[in-house]
Amino acid sequence: MEENNYALQMQDITVEFPGVLANDHVSIDCKKGEVLGLLGENGAGKTTLMNVLYGLYPATTGRILLDGQEVKINAPTEAIAHGIGMVHQHFKLVDTLSVIENVILGISDKKQKLDLEPAKKRLLELCKEYELYVDPDEIVWKLPVGKQQWVEILKALYRDCKVLVLDEPTAVLTPAESDQLCNAIRHITAKGRSVIIISHKLRELIEITNRVTVLRDGKFIGTIDTKDATELKLAAMMVGRPVSIERKAHPPFENPEPILVMKDVCAVDDRGVPALKNFNLVVHAGEIVGIAGVDGNGQRELAECISGMRKMTSGSITIKGKPVTGVIADPSFLGFIPEDRQKTGLVMDFSIADNMIVKDYYNEPFAHKHVLRYKEIKRHARDMIKKYHVKTPNEDVHVRNLSGGNQQKVVIARELDPEPVLDIAAHPTRGLDLGAVSNVHDILLKERNRGAAVLFISAELQEVMALSDRIVVLYSGESMGDLNGETADQQVIGQMMLGQSPEVQA
Amino acid sequence: MVEIIIDWLQAALRWAAPLLIVSIGEVYAERSGVINMGIEGIMLFGALAGIAVGFYMKSLLMAVIITILIGALLGLIVAFLTVSRRTNQVVTGLMVNMACLGATDALFSLMSETRQSRVATFPALFPQSMHNIPVLGPLFFSQPVSTWVAFILPFIAGFILYKTRWGLNVRAVGDNPKAAATAGLSVIKIKYQTVVLSGIFAALGGCVLTLAEVGYFSAGGMAAGRGFIVMAACVVGGWDPIRTAFICLAFGAADAAQLRFQTANSVIPYQFLQMLPYIITIVALAIMVKRSIVPKTWGAAYDPKDV
Repeated sequence: MEENNYALQMQDITVEFPGVLANDHVSIDCKKGEVLGLLGENGAGKTTLMNVLYGLYPATTGRILLDGQEVKINAPTEAIAHGIGMVHQHFKLVDTLSVIENVILGISDKKQKLDLEPAKKRLLELCKEYELYVDPDEIVWKLPVGKQQWVEILKALYRDCKVLVLDEPTAVLTPAESDQLCNAIRHITAKGRSVIIISHKLRELIEITNRVTVLRDGKFIGTIDTKDATELKLAAMMVGRPVSIERKAHPPFENPEPILVMKDVCAVDDRGVPALKNFNLVVHAGEIVGIAGVDGNGQRELAECISGMRKMTSGSITIKGKPVTGVIADPSFLGFIPEDRQKTGLVMDFSIADNMIVKDYYNEPFAHKHVLRYKEIKRHARDMIKKYHVKTPNEDVHVRNLSGGNQQKVVIARELDPEPVLDIAAHPTRGLDLGAVSNVHDILLKERNRGAAVLFISAELQEVMALSDRIVVLYSGESMGDLNGETADQQVIGQMMLGQSPEVQA
Repeated sequence: MVEIIIDWLQAALRWAAPLLIVSIGEVYAERSGVINMGIEGIMLFGALAGIAVGFYMKSLLMAVIITILIGALLGLIVAFLTVSRRTNQVVTGLMVNMACLGATDALFSLMSETRQSRVATFPALFPQSMHNIPVLGPLFFSQPVSTWVAFILPFIAGFILYKTRWGLNVRAVGDNPKAAATAGLSVIKIKYQTVVLSGIFAALGGCVLTLAEVGYFSAGGMAAGRGFIVMAACVVGGWDPIRTAFICLAFGAADAAQLRFQTANSVIPYQFLQMLPYIITIVALAIMVKRSIVPKTWGAAYDPKDV
């Protein structure tokens, strides 16, 4: 019998969530000492697949082989025992404990009394071996995020993992830290351990992996050797579906006064890492400004700063000359289609009618002297359902029971019907099918032609190019350039999205 | 004057002892994320068990053992409700307290003969001859054995919480149960352990209240909010066994002081004096609460299925 080269094989894995096939008969394999990239868009099923490996979700079909032996993994403890280490996108560290306490947590030991010294010694050896230095006695919350990731990696190595899974590891790292991580990964694989990196950043996968497996919509698309791969080839595999969105006519607008003015805006993300760096932007009436960029380069923080959901650390934002804090609650100033319609945009267990008035419930005609007037509220909802073609039996249906496209129509109706001077649409087409996508595009274009200033944020480049009058490319919280939407070149934008300055200025 | 102060300090230590004992278990429970608010009611059961067993079996040792068993059982009930059934911890605690109040009063009315004679209380740890040493004698050597235990326990509890594997697990579970679970700990098991412990120590605290101090049980809630004061002490003490013990001691001192004022024919109505420890509690909470680091999942239900 020939020697088995594979550290890990996952064969024919299917995971079903209510109504969604998160993994549809997916197979991957990872050789010993290899770095395997797992590439795919958000929701392609990468994380789900790895959670199956870690015993967090059960798979409905398929099997897992470690070192050629079939294993059943029903819980993280079993995964750890089988030599699988995982660094989740959201770290699983107890941040009130010290580094060393986190490292030894859950490792059984016959002695009840904690003896941290030998553990510290071993940890420091690992630090040296992999060139990932942390102070064992530091409390975790005091560490910068990058270091916290080192702790997670060291925790897995301390448990002597054979396969280490890193979920979007560079999302929280500075470029210097990313280099350090690459260096550590080389050390790890040199010891015969395997590393699986989940990412949608093409460049870093090309830099560090031996092979890349691409998933799309929960399906296995293919595996290629990295030496044969180019960013374009991988991107084509990742996006795959023919997104041929026609650019419609953008009639010139008469009176393009500046509406949204952002000056030197700085903001930090939830982890305290700078997400917007001296960002400047002007959006005029009657124009759509598209924000292009790989997800996670400050798009969310940008939208949240303008809508008042996040405080900027410095800079100023005005809408029609007024500071944003004074006008955000005014439906005639700002229409905001948030990135996550289910969490931020809607109250899922309220009816359509109630969701339509959550910004406006205290005003006539919906309320009269603190008493809600349901006749008016329902009439309004019926008008909106008709006008925006929401597919529903009636206005009393809970929003939870609508499809994604129809939920989005409810948000759009509420936010855009009062004809605000500024529309912000953050990933308004995410998760929608093509019909619903073009419907959203038509609405935004109509808004522009009415004279609204529209800020359109999307990770789908084709979409941004089809809809925008101007395109601003966001990379790592900074504007890489401001391009004309009619003439912009996809190649150029693609380069700018990866942080390279365009060779030809458009 | 010196005599009054010594008398007051001596009483302060004795009154603080039950609070200290109850606080040990509650610190563990809250550190693991579960607020066992039922300790007030469980104290009542401990108090009644101490008197009843002491009266019928004439054995202090048996009284302590049975108190521990009852406390463990009640702790187990609270754990089942709050950890397994994930009921709201505050509401559950309130209901447990009301049920315990009714149950102990009802049981006590069946044992009315226990009122006829005083039950033997915990003896002093040191021989009678040492009680007469000036200052130290009345203050320390005349204290019952339970007081000594109560003042040693926080140090043991602190050692266990910070220096043992189990203590580490408790701290991890309360601050980030998901991380603890992914590291391979059984979150549910640890929460059960701490809540059962909080039941045991609450019952023991109640037992000390009757068997070290008064020697009788009185109906109508003789714990008089001490369980709640312990909960406040945990918050003010930042869920640290030793700091919490100091806060308990301060409450004990306030309690002892107000009792002394009451008998000193003060012009202040005694009802106001009785409010003193509780007012101090509120003031201490308002001043200190910001400074303490709350266990991250304090009072939150944990569903192992959440990833």
